[in-house]
Amino acid sequence: MTTIVLESVSRWYGNVVAVNDVSITVGPGITGLLGPNGAGKSTLISMMGGFLAPSTGTVTLDGGPVWRNPEIYRTIGLVPEPEAMYDMVTGQQFLLANARLHGLADAGAAARRALEAVDMVEPSDRPIATYSKGMKQRIKMATALVHDPSVLLLDEPFNGMDPRQRLHLMDLLTRLASEGRTVLFSSHILEEVEQIAGTIEVLVAGRHAASGDYRRIRRLMTERPHQYTITSSDDRRLAGALVAAGAADGVTVGAGALAVQTSDWGRFVHALPRVAREAGVRLLEVSPADESLESVFAYLVAR
Amino acid sequence: MSTVVGLTVRGLLGRRRSLLLVVLPVLLLVLAGLTRWASEGSVAASASLTGGFAMGTLLPLMCLLIGTGVIGPEIDDGSIVYLLAKPLPRRTILLAKLGVGLVATVVFAVLPVMASAAIAGDEGLKLTAAYGLATLLAGIAYTTVFVALSVLTRNAVIIGLLYALLWETVLGGFVPGIRAVSVRQWALAPAEALLGDNAKAWGVESAVSVPVGLSLLAVLVVGATWLAIRRLQTLRLVTAD
Repeated sequence: MTTIVLESVSRWYGNVVAVNDVSITVGPGITGLLGPNGAGKSTLISMMGGFLAPSTGTVTLDGGPVWRNPEIYRTIGLVPEPEAMYDMVTGQQFLLANARLHGLADAGAAARRALEAVDMVEPSDRPIATYSKGMKQRIKMATALVHDPSVLLLDEPFNGMDPRQRLHLMDLLTRLASEGRTVLFSSHILEEVEQIAGTIEVLVAGRHAASGDYRRIRRLMTERPHQYTITSSDDRRLAGALVAAGAADGVTVGAGALAVQTSDWGRFVHALPRVAREAGVRLLEVSPADESLESVFAYLVAR
Repeated sequence: MSTVVGLTVRGLLGRRRSLLLVVLPVLLLVLAGLTRWASEGSVAASASLTGGFAMGTLLPLMCLLIGTGVIGPEIDDGSIVYLLAKPLPRRTILLAKLGVGLVATVVFAVLPVMASAAIAGDEGLKLTAAYGLATLLAGIAYTTVFVALSVLTRNAVIIGLLYALLWETVLGGFVPGIRAVSVRQWALAPAEALLGDNAKAWGVESAVSVPVGLSLLAVLVVGATWLAIRRLQTLRLVTAD
């Protein structure tokens, strides 16, 4: 049972704030670190992995510091985001080297076990330079597992994987978590995270925006106010009809388009065609104005 | 430690630029052969080739190639994380890599310079021994400094090149004030002492005395190593996300 605790952690580079006052406790099981690109996920993982000092706040592993403390790597297995490895050696040699660097008693057996866990035994006698992106990702995973760590930190592990490899890794992470390990991975894709993560921590623009299980996060994301942009044959008439029908919370008549806000998008989507037909207005264009992931996250932050 | 050494050796010799580690010394030996043929084995001509081109230009360049090749590329591409994320003191990692760099310096730079002095013309291997000592001392200092530079900055190759070519080769050779703060001059001091009366005739002269040269070299090597270890202990590794 290993726990990583972040307490009021901030990190800035010059005057750019990458992580802003984040407090998270990561315990056994799978935790998904979700956030759009540039949210500070890698910065946060770097700080948990002891590769970056927090500007303020503390990061501890079972009570001990992680910064300037290489002993933590007996407990932590790390899957870094960059693809670069020691390309000139074979997968097998690389795993063996990693096992030896950990000072394991039977490095050969440990290397073999790790290669088996990621299903890379067969191609392991080829140089890493010849591997596909997905295979490199699995070798990275194997290096993190070679010393049987109780904590796994994975930075965007699903990047570049095909669906089959993705399923394989999801199974593997689920199995590792069921053995009582603490697994944390980052992703910018909600579907990826909610499939396997028991706990989801949402990070947006460096801030800890939300925390909870996937149901709670899903609800936060779908029950927010939705924005639509509509153009029609008669915007003013449609605006009046929508408000009268109670289908929208707010309607703004702008230059050549209507901006509609609703907190219950299901009701709105069903009501709109009916209201338009009854009012005799032709709908020319209906488009969601804020369906990008960033705006979903931005809502969570502003909330 | 041996695993770090193994990976470092493969990294240093496995890249394309490692060809230069062989090509440059071969070029020096060819020049040495030509010098012998042209000057009929004159020791003064040999000393001028060895002291000028070999020690003044080739040695710093070779050390730059080696020093920036043992750790710099891994820091640049992020693969150093596989060494750093291990329960190993960072000091061990740096010293192992520095050790590989120093052995490579002896094999690819110091020994070829000695061979070139012997080939171009020598008297009872006196010049060979003197320049062997000088290039060994200078090589240790250069390689250590370049290893430290690679840990301290991502622009180690550029900075190292400017230092090696401008400071050590051009300014260090001619400008009197700078000569006294040049690795080359410090390393030449014991060589000058070793040659005794022959030193002046063969043009092996240092701007500093032996104790000054040796202590400055020691301070430089120890200081650069300490700085590199310190920096590796707090090396930031983070990708833009």
